[in-house]
Amino acid sequence: MKVSLDRDRCCSSGLCVSNAPEIFDQDDHDGLVRLRRTTFQPSEYPDLRLAAELCPCGAITVTEDTAPADGPAATGS
Amino acid sequence: MTTTPAPTTPVLPAPHDMRCPFSPPPAYTDAARTGSVSRAALPDGTPIWLVTGYAEVRTVLSDQRFSADARHPAFPLFTPDRRELIAENPAFIRLDDPEHARLRRMVTGDFLVKRVEAMRPEIQQIVDDALDRMTDGATGADLVSAFALPVPSLVICLLLGVPYEDREMFQALSATLLNTFAPKEEVARANDEILDYLGGLAAHKKEHPAEDILSRLAARDDLTLREIASTGVLLLIAGHETTANMIGLSTVLLLRQPEQIAKLADPAAVPGAVEELLRHTTIVHTGLPRVAVEDIELDGTLIRAGDGVFAMLSTANRDEGMFGGPDRTSPDEVDLDRDARRHLAFGFGVHQCLGQPLARAELQIALATLFRRLPGLRLAVPESELRFRSDNVIYGLKALPVTW
Repeated sequence: MKVSLDRDRCCSSGLCVSNAPEIFDQDDHDGLVRLRRTTFQPSEYPDLRLAAELCPCGAITVTEDTAPADGPAATGS
Repeated sequence: MTTTPAPTTPVLPAPHDMRCPFSPPPAYTDAARTGSVSRAALPDGTPIWLVTGYAEVRTVLSDQRFSADARHPAFPLFTPDRRELIAENPAFIRLDDPEHARLRRMVTGDFLVKRVEAMRPEIQQIVDDALDRMTDGATGADLVSAFALPVPSLVICLLLGVPYEDREMFQALSATLLNTFAPKEEVARANDEILDYLGGLAAHKKEHPAEDILSRLAARDDLTLREIASTGVLLLIAGHETTANMIGLSTVLLLRQPEQIAKLADPAAVPGAVEELLRHTTIVHTGLPRVAVEDIELDGTLIRAGDGVFAMLSTANRDEGMFGGPDRTSPDEVDLDRDARRHLAFGFGVHQCLGQPLARAELQIALATLFRRLPGLRLAVPESELRFRSDNVIYGLKALPVTW
């Protein structure tokens, strides 16, 4: 599973950090979302999917490994 | 796809049924049963759309075709005579990006999850002190004025740099500003007074900075004093009214179900319990207003540019498809074991509550500590005698007489 972040969209709700603090962080300087790491265990996939689903600003996109790799994840508008 | 108002078109803000004071007004739950988008009207007769379904509420709050800009001439207001007042000095809750993001990002750093986590010992101390004062030589108290209101008020005062001694003044002003039926002149006066108050504090802090949000905002050269004051008012009001009412309502809900209180004894269960209480209670019963700035189809209904829309968080949070189901407790019941993390009590989209990590920490600490320290807590009056704030943008209890 891949996770891409669109930091321009981040509104610092903190939901991703509250639900998966070992994966997501908020930057000390700009308060925007950051990944603590880029590889994930299958046991963490449900947390990642939930983080993407709950992000109020659509700043988190998860790409399942089985999905066709025909384009980059959403990069915002 | 009809635009003809039915004879039973609800008028906002609809009244609560005081036999079921913990449920959203029946007009909204009835509308939710007939569809996710329906017609309603403002008190002056202006038609608006009532959006009650979970998915559709998320869309309204996150799709840029719905604007939160109160300066839009068709922005739906309960009291149109406040239009000029609201448009004159909108806080960022009533602006769209990029103006909204510019102002919001100036304060997001103060509400980061890690900052709030670091404040937990301080919040615990405030909660313990409030309970010490409340129980000192007493066998009963009004839980709203002795506990539910002081705890979040003290916390937000500390963060903002507002003297807590001034609470009677700013609590009275914020009560007027949140009262949907207060006369225009009274609201204008309260608005001026509270803006002047926070602007004055910010001006003082420019010269005498301290470790607080107002000082940091005052030190910037890209903000006017009025902008600082608007942000300050928003944070001050949102910071104490919301959590205070959540504490009061949650307490009554838990006292009704003693078997649920027992679950709060497990620290690991407290965060999930608070999410369920947030979902069930959803104190912004009046919904969140938006205006469509382009035509958009929502669940088969065409919403035209210029139409007013209310996103009803309270019905979305009781959406049977989302939170119910054959093997789950009805969403109308409190079930602290429910996975309620998808609730919309803090809204959705770029305006989603900035202070939610703080609200969560306050609620978790306040409720767990209250029931741990006062295992005999109970209502001091019959539940039917409780008085609710149904005239207010933020629902809650006017008072909560308890004994222990």
